[in-house]
Amino acid sequence: MSTMTYAVHDSATLFRRNLRHLVRYPSLTITIIAMPVVFLLLFTYVFGGTLGAGLPGGATSADPRADYLHYLTPAILVMTVVAVAQSTAILVAKDATEGIIDRFKTLPIARSAPLNAHVLAAMAQTVFALVVVLAVALVLGYRSDTSVVGWAGAVGILLLMGFAVTWLCVALGLVSGSVEAASNAPMPLILLPFLSSAFVPTDSMPAGLAWVAQHQPFTPIIETLRACLDGTAPGSDAWWAIGWCVLISVVCCAWAVRLFGCPRAV
Amino acid sequence: MNLSTTAIEVTGIARSYGDQPVLRDLDLTVPTGTVYALLGPNGAGKTTLVRILSTLLAPDAGTALVAGHDVAREPDGVRRSIGVTGQFSAIDELLTGRENLRLMADLAHLPRSEAAARVDELLAGFDLTDAADRRAATYSGGMKRRLDLAMTLVSRPRLIFLDEPTTGLDPRSRRDLWQIVRELLADGVTIFLTTQYLEEADQLADTVGVLVDGRLVAEGTPAELKAQAGHSTLDDVFLALTEQPTDAKESF
Repeated sequence: MSTMTYAVHDSATLFRRNLRHLVRYPSLTITIIAMPVVFLLLFTYVFGGTLGAGLPGGATSADPRADYLHYLTPAILVMTVVAVAQSTAILVAKDATEGIIDRFKTLPIARSAPLNAHVLAAMAQTVFALVVVLAVALVLGYRSDTSVVGWAGAVGILLLMGFAVTWLCVALGLVSGSVEAASNAPMPLILLPFLSSAFVPTDSMPAGLAWVAQHQPFTPIIETLRACLDGTAPGSDAWWAIGWCVLISVVCCAWAVRLFGCPRAV
Repeated sequence: MNLSTTAIEVTGIARSYGDQPVLRDLDLTVPTGTVYALLGPNGAGKTTLVRILSTLLAPDAGTALVAGHDVAREPDGVRRSIGVTGQFSAIDELLTGRENLRLMADLAHLPRSEAAARVDELLAGFDLTDAADRRAATYSGGMKRRLDLAMTLVSRPRLIFLDEPTTGLDPRSRRDLWQIVRELLADGVTIFLTTQYLEEADQLADTVGVLVDGRLVAEGTPAELKAQAGHSTLDDVFLALTEQPTDAKESF
């Protein structure tokens, strides 16, 4: 087998290990999914009536709460992706502080294989979590009449974003040095969507804050997702979203692989 | 250096953490097919040396040839030849014993049929067959350590590092482990072990090196060390040797 084949083979072997962890530790996945579901319920039923009335055209709407659910659901899907990535930081830190990663490092396997396995498992978990959360949104009354192309675009941008934030969280998990620190490190990822167009349109914010919201990665990602799910053209938002995701993926993947190569000081 | 007769050749290895020197200008040779026991108190630098020799840590100075490969320039060559059982158990507790071994067999790229046979053979050899399909989290300390060592042996390495392999084990588990080491030795495997137990070094080692404050302060067969220091037990030798550097430091 060539080096490349070995890299794929070793990543697949370790991916099976990570999948077993997820299956045998279901409470982790349940906790991850609970967060966006609670947000969905909270923002729909507690804040939704008022927030929906504040959406463009909402003042005259017959059902502002339903309007808000429609506005909110793409944001909740993005939050779901972030929640999975955040838990990956914890899993990576747990692995790195236990002896097993040192064992892997003394084997003649592809150096990136243990990290690839974490990312692949996170992507599988992301797909599962998205299906559950979208199902809950549908039960609450969310509907999308977009085309197959629109759905493909929505899935594509969610997975691309998942790939980017997962590599970011793998690096954060490695750099944090402990499970406790790793659980706090991705905190900005949970807060940043609040400073975007996730929950309210950015032009309702004060000018300075609106500028920040319009220029941070989550806004073009969420707007692209909204456009895909509404069957409209995302325009330049799509290029910004893809650009941010590719940039974050490349930088964080390189960072993570570099961190993984560095021996821990013991 | 003769590849067929020298398993480990360490020349002038030094390593510090920050401004704290851990290993100072260390030289050491381990002949193939022998047991070398590195004996020393906590913090002497034993684990640091094992981490350097097993490619987990780069030395600040010096060279180390392991199974004929330079640890800095050909780490993958070293990794293909060695097995490492660290001080802390490196097993996956969410997997069963069998799955842990199978993971190692797959990472060693053993063919499917051979992998299953090798896993069964090791489970039987390490008295883990009955517990094979239980999660490793439910294992006792001795069973975890046996599984850990079995995982190291899946790929049949010819050179094995055992970093404090019996720390925290009860006397029976310790004896079981010594028996496994003797069997490996009978198969011609080279073993580099670190220990704080003098009895362990006395029982197993062809050569004992005493590491204190990152320096090798004595080296020889257990009998030589006892004769040299004029003590009847290795315990006394150890206590005598580990007190010396403190005096030496004061005279600086």
